[in-house]
Amino acid sequence: MFSEELEKIDWDLTTSAIASKTEMDVRRALSKSHLDVDDFMALISPAAEPFLETMAQLSYKYTRERFGNTMSMFVPLYITNSCTNSCVYCGFHISNPMKRTILTEEEIVNEYRAIKKLAPFDNLLLVTGENPAKAGVPYIARALDLAKPYFANLKIEVMPLSTDEYKELTHHGMNGVICFQETYHKANYNIYHPKGMKSKFDWRVNGFDRMGQAGVHSIGMGVLIGLEKEWRTDVTMMAYHLRYLQKHYWKTKYSFNFPRMRPSENGGFQPNVVMSDRELAQLTFATRIFDHDVDISYSTRESADFRDHMAPLGVTTMSAESKTEPGGYYSYPQTLEQFHVSDERTAKEVTAALKGVGIEPVWKDWDQSFDLMKN
Amino acid sequence: MDKLIIAGKEFNSRLFLGTGKFNSNDLMEKALLASGTEMVTVAMKRIDLEDKEDDMLRHIVHPHIQLLPNTSGVRNAEEAVFAAQMAREAFGTNWLKLEIHPDPRYLLPDTVETLKATEQLVKLGFVVLPYCQADPVLCKQLEEAGAATVMPLGAPIGTNRGLQTREFLQIIIEQAGIPVVVDAGIGAPSHAAEAMELGASAVLVNTAIAVAGNPVRMAVAFKNAVEAGREAYEAGLGGSTPLFEASASSPLTAFLDK
Repeated sequence: MFSEELEKIDWDLTTSAIASKTEMDVRRALSKSHLDVDDFMALISPAAEPFLETMAQLSYKYTRERFGNTMSMFVPLYITNSCTNSCVYCGFHISNPMKRTILTEEEIVNEYRAIKKLAPFDNLLLVTGENPAKAGVPYIARALDLAKPYFANLKIEVMPLSTDEYKELTHHGMNGVICFQETYHKANYNIYHPKGMKSKFDWRVNGFDRMGQAGVHSIGMGVLIGLEKEWRTDVTMMAYHLRYLQKHYWKTKYSFNFPRMRPSENGGFQPNVVMSDRELAQLTFATRIFDHDVDISYSTRESADFRDHMAPLGVTTMSAESKTEPGGYYSYPQTLEQFHVSDERTAKEVTAALKGVGIEPVWKDWDQSFDLMKN
Repeated sequence: MDKLIIAGKEFNSRLFLGTGKFNSNDLMEKALLASGTEMVTVAMKRIDLEDKEDDMLRHIVHPHIQLLPNTSGVRNAEEAVFAAQMAREAFGTNWLKLEIHPDPRYLLPDTVETLKATEQLVKLGFVVLPYCQADPVLCKQLEEAGAATVMPLGAPIGTNRGLQTREFLQIIIEQAGIPVVVDAGIGAPSHAAEAMELGASAVLVNTAIAVAGNPVRMAVAFKNAVEAGREAYEAGLGGSTPLFEASASSPLTAFLDK
């Protein structure tokens, strides 16, 4: 299990190793064809800042070689915002007094139909809070069953599950799981996640092993940028985690997400660090140079302008026209959003912008028959 | 230099030797000792299993050398499992270099039968080191079947052509959770050093030493090359692709300056 590997990696030593990377380390990393985590540390370090354009060019080259001039498009669907956790930064926080929704079957289907009217989406990401009693595995399984007639590829972003539960959901057509570790800093993790199931660090970090053991096709990982001041150390831990998973669960495809928090204007949780566009660009390029195959996903948290510029340079999956409140596609109720969407363009507008920079949006890149064969 | 560990056993040397093709057993023994090797493979077909004083075996057995019987000559999994059990009894070791090459011309390993035999032999308690194609997927499958190492080929046996499979070896090494021993095709010390620089755990050499003008000196040359290559790998090599220098105009990142 990865928790044991993580114990062996010292946070502070890693932080100082990144800070002491030199121009020579960066040059060496840039000239290698197979990079290790040490090289990744050089590329995300301040020493690599003067190499940003070189990194962009390499990232562009590797991405186009491996993925072609395409962007895999997906749409997230929040089916419930009920949640028993108390993550200090999240809009679904248990003590937030706003009304909670668990979509009924009819409402879920209405959402599916509404999404299909926006664009030919075939990659669906079902999102929930953590409420196993009222919106647990049977509820998610039902939502997957209902989605099959509408979408070719079903992923979930829900609480960490057991190996058997992941396996069970694959029998309902689920072939991908996204789960953000949020932070790999074990001690501080509990400051951000003080109560509920989510406060159990090892259960979450070993969830990726359980997904691998269950034979999940695609695993999405993420660090929430804004929690740990030393975000470079945090993403380095994720790079170690990726290498570990690739070695153990080699039939699985992995993706990286770098959700970054912005300062909130109406109070609430303020991020401990704010990552600049330039830093996110450097991190994106470094990730692609480190691993030519890993998917890099940008959500609508990012602005339209930034997404358009970054689209050819390393990003391989994007969402569009996302609503982060349950029921948001069919109707537009004033309910609770998990986070604020920055890129508010329609899927059609995003499509046109991607084509404008020479990238073809791909809607369907999976077929349900692959999932059926497993069963 | 890090120690190599296979199936819990430590090795100081990362050079494995084969024992065929020498023109005398005396010369073979001298080469083995000069190379510093601690792992030597021998074809069970070459040994008279009835004769406890077999001349070839007598020249191989030394306390610091792990004997690695191989199944060279078998053509499928069934024959390999049978031969392995014979070898275990005769040589008194459960270590086995699994070789299944039905094709007598290029001696290329049979992927399907090798995987099948590995699964069976592991269940029978063998420490299995399979000779195999430089096929990254196969190597992961052999690992999952319980192989102690994988031994992908650099080039066909005896060709001395070096690392023709270099790209695939790199992927195998990157993905492996068990030691990767580059076997077959290594024709010169520079090839051995190259394999070690890539991050291979060890190399197996036979023909290049056995048929050298002076096999004993060539054994020393390989010993030095393997050590140099490993040392370079552990020290952290610089990259080899020329750095792609950005032009002054920063066409891709200028938007960040706005």
